Amino acid sequence: MSTHKAALCKVQILKLFLTSARCGRITRFHGVCGLSTSTPASSAKVCIVGGGPAGFYTAQHLVKTRTDVQVDIYERLPVPFGLVRFGVAPDHPEVKNVINTFTQTAQHARCSFHGNVRVGKDVTVEELQEAYHAVVLSYGAEGNRTMGVPGEDLAGVYSAKDFVGWYNGLPRNSELRPDLSCETAVILGQGNVALDVARILLSPVDILKKTDITQHALDALAESSVRRVLIVGRRGPLQVACTIKELREMVNLPGTRPEMEASEFEGIAETLKSLARPRKRLTELLLKAAIETPGEEELERRNRAERAWGFRFLRKPLEVLPSTDLIRAAGIRLAVNRLEGDGEGVRAVATGEVEDVECGLVISSIGYKSLLIDPAVPFDARKAIIPNTMGRVQQTAGLYCSGWVKRGPTGVIATTMNDSFDTARTLLQDIGKGTLDVSTVKPGSQGVSTLLEKRGVKPVSFSDWEKIDSEETRRGEIKGKPREKMLDVGEMLQVARA
Amino acid sequence: MARCLYLGSFLFTKMVNTPRISMGVKTCLIKTWTPHSQGKAITIHSAIHSDSEKNSLSEEKVIIHFINQDGIRTTTAVTEGQTLLDVVVNKNLDISGFGACEGTLACSTCHLIFDKTFYEKMEPTVDEEMDMLDLAYGLTKTSRLGCQVTVQKWMDGMTVQVPQEVRDAVGSKGSQ
Repeated sequence: MSTHKAALCKVQILKLFLTSARCGRITRFHGVCGLSTSTPASSAKVCIVGGGPAGFYTAQHLVKTRTDVQVDIYERLPVPFGLVRFGVAPDHPEVKNVINTFTQTAQHARCSFHGNVRVGKDVTVEELQEAYHAVVLSYGAEGNRTMGVPGEDLAGVYSAKDFVGWYNGLPRNSELRPDLSCETAVILGQGNVALDVARILLSPVDILKKTDITQHALDALAESSVRRVLIVGRRGPLQVACTIKELREMVNLPGTRPEMEASEFEGIAETLKSLARPRKRLTELLLKAAIETPGEEELERRNRAERAWGFRFLRKPLEVLPSTDLIRAAGIRLAVNRLEGDGEGVRAVATGEVEDVECGLVISSIGYKSLLIDPAVPFDARKAIIPNTMGRVQQTAGLYCSGWVKRGPTGVIATTMNDSFDTARTLLQDIGKGTLDVSTVKPGSQGVSTLLEKRGVKPVSFSDWEKIDSEETRRGEIKGKPREKMLDVGEMLQVARA
Repeated sequence: MARCLYLGSFLFTKMVNTPRISMGVKTCLIKTWTPHSQGKAITIHSAIHSDSEKNSLSEEKVIIHFINQDGIRTTTAVTEGQTLLDVVVNKNLDISGFGACEGTLACSTCHLIFDKTFYEKMEPTVDEEMDMLDLAYGLTKTSRLGCQVTVQKWMDGMTVQVPQEVRDAVGSKGSQ
């Protein structure tokens, strides 16, 4: 070896030694710290169940904080990102920017994504616990609360979860084919999901066609006869669960006008001065849309508008009324409430009065709900969450949870982000204190791969997803959309394996 | 006590009147640990680095101090015109979960709390920013979203902070 080469070698070895020292562990001389293909046997192996925001943020915090943690994310579908892909409205693309951070996490040397693996069916939580030092359950809420009223099973009645899944391309909702041939739609619930549904039902198709909304939804909405959407809640204007950004979008929605009953806002203006700023601004905007006399320009705009929307308060569903042929929804019977108590303790109490509203589309947006995916996992069926303390699953060492399955299905992505960081901190604390034993050698993804292979399950890697991603983007480009989502798992797998 | 991130050396803090880093010395990232109280200890790093920043003498920099969720204070010297979110990203500051939506007014994770005097000098908040700010954890009367605040010369010496970490019995913060 020439002296030049020898000198270079020495520099390389010195660099590696310095970088590995900085990394806090001795690496083999394969490559720069972090890109080594062989992870030291002593590293902590963590498995995350669920490839949505909770899963990715938990993984992010773990790999960022300790250099000896290897994280594997398992996801039921071949495609990652959960509700960021299937829940966030198509006309809210900026909210989906978090995908860039998730992509960075997935591409990190000590993180890997395994799609097309159904935990609870293809591999059990117990088997994961044997293969990993810790398992974090972040599988969210794939069910929904039901109204529990007669007629809920009639054609034309959908959960918001399924309706949103339909226009966002969730494979299991691809065949929903909602009937949009009626004039009035009633949405139960007044949270942001309810407003998303209302907005998608009433948005001009010219706006929607530039988003990543699925083609079949776009076609159906282009033919839709829905002209009026009522957003119905059990309690009053001061209890609406939506936030001001979404309300403002309704107020500013082109081609639509607000239509509300002034009587439902009696006494509200007087409460404004005692409200905290967020609630105050929200209520002010609501009052402005509902009862304020509009200026000339706005009045003209409203007169020209062909579609209408409005909140209805103090109404609770009693029954979905059937059509004469008893097959589909033709109306909804609502109980009229009044409010009792004040502040946080305000309750809706039935007055005995009842009201029928004619409608052909009923969408219940009263909450998502987590489900039990494996009998080995403790589950609180009443609250529909995994019982836990600060993310540690009760009575089960080495098992953690983050996101909606831990706290319940409320909050925005940032809420889930903070929650996931909390669980990651708890887990890292347990490693640090020794309560979570990471000294034993665990097979990690190698162990799980062996099981999956035996069972004929072929995971989809992150680079496989990238092929699906490219193809969806390519198909979207042709139509002037950011992407055209694939609706069929079989097709996704085909493209992934190409 | 402070630590120079370039040399790894430890420095002693001393009380100073002006938080200006003298010219001719490489401006670098200085991390100081301050107690949760409003102590104004500022470090001056007087070691000279072998490579100096090209424009440190010709371009005037604005000094901004950031206090993260754990009370750790970092001092940066930045140029006018970028947003505070840009600063956090470009300087790779250790603030957890900052700027999730990448500055598109679709989240509230770049929430920063300002001193009243600086807050009052800033451009008023538009509705779209206020709408997202309303959802921020630990909202105060002098809060703004970092992606909407542009660094200007008069901000020299300004301190901004994110809400301090509060752990309740249940262990999670910032729920809607």
